[in-house]
Amino acid sequence: MSGVVIIDNGGGNVASVRYALERLGVGALLSDDPERVAAAERVILPGVGAARDAMRRLAARGLDRLVPTLTRPVLGICLGMQLLCARSEEGDTPGLGILGGSVARLAPAGGLAVPHMGWNQLEGLAPHPLLSGIAAGDYAYFVHSYALPVGPDTVARCDYGGAFSAVVSRGNFHGAQFHPERSAGVGARLLANFLALGA
Amino acid sequence: MRFRDHRVVGDILELAQRYRDAGADELVFYDITASPGGRTVDRSWVARVARLLDIPFCVAGGIRSVADAEAVLGAGAEKVSVNSPALADPDLINRLSERFGAQCVVVGIDSQTVPGDRSHRYEVYANTGDPRLARTTRRDTLEWIREVQQRGAGEVVLNCMASDGVRAGYDLAQLSAARAICRVPLIASGGAGIPEHFRDVFAGARVDGALAASVFHLGTIEIPALKRYLAAAGIEVRP
Repeated sequence: MSGVVIIDNGGGNVASVRYALERLGVGALLSDDPERVAAAERVILPGVGAARDAMRRLAARGLDRLVPTLTRPVLGICLGMQLLCARSEEGDTPGLGILGGSVARLAPAGGLAVPHMGWNQLEGLAPHPLLSGIAAGDYAYFVHSYALPVGPDTVARCDYGGAFSAVVSRGNFHGAQFHPERSAGVGARLLANFLALGA
Repeated sequence: MRFRDHRVVGDILELAQRYRDAGADELVFYDITASPGGRTVDRSWVARVARLLDIPFCVAGGIRSVADAEAVLGAGAEKVSVNSPALADPDLINRLSERFGAQCVVVGIDSQTVPGDRSHRYEVYANTGDPRLARTTRRDTLEWIREVQQRGAGEVVLNCMASDGVRAGYDLAQLSAARAICRVPLIASGGAGIPEHFRDVFAGARVDGALAASVFHLGTIEIPALKRYLAAAGIEVRP
């Protein structure tokens, strides 16, 4: 049994996520070793890049079969959250199938640019321990071209020419479409809440 | 809110922390001497900044290759900004965008009307970090903004040179002309002196962000007070 493992999936924000945990006083292990992931008390699946490539990397280490069997808290961040879903329109890629719904390309109304990049507000927050201390209207930092539509697992949404899932949760699996590691106090709060969730 | 300067590492970390705590939305670190000298830059500070900051940051200056960008992004920066190297090798923008995605690729543009030129068109300048090497490229600024978007830029920072350092307001005419053809986020740079200048550039030129350096470094404008002012003026800001 060892603390927090960040799945090293070759994405660009792996270092930033580790630093964010360090700022909370928590050391994390970067690993793509299934044994270490299976033994972790907390698992974070970060991700920046393309869905198909990321799924291929997980499959190469057998993590595509392991992650859905984990019983301790798991947090997907950005692409990592999208990978928890049934599938993604990006490269028509099957996901891990833990959360329902299909990730779709953003098609914002009003001619807004894609990728959606920058600070945006969280809305429609459900009472959930992951969102403790976070309020509707708080800003988080987003960088993405695809998103999960609002669905049964959505516990917070964001509006960018249309609503999408900003935070999701089902059982021990959680996800944030935004980047908590770059979302100032709001992001730190979400990560601290994740670390405090009962295993 | 952003800043740019060229400082030693201790100062960089201290400033980064100060602006983080003041509520800056993003920081840009400009190594403005990196391009003209063609020198290799010590990047170890990027990871130290990444450890400290919980907001996005961009590294500008001396990014000439995919390998340069990879080192900076791998160390924890969200974005790289290219300026003179993209003018010398425009395909660099394509290569960076294909490798890292458009959201990581900022193109910085230094621009002004050419003194004495009666056409009053805006031209792109290169190597502006060194007054002895700065020169117009004869490229039309608006054409260049179109081209960098086609090549995969995810953001444009337009530094209006005639306004830069003067603190008499952003160049609303030039920024409005750029806005009309810029579909990716457009960041205004050069000219901020008082809070009204920020209001004017958001309301008048509809830019996505406003970058400033000296007013923050000098303490002329405090970021929390500026944000309260902008919110009261009806501009959406993160508190």
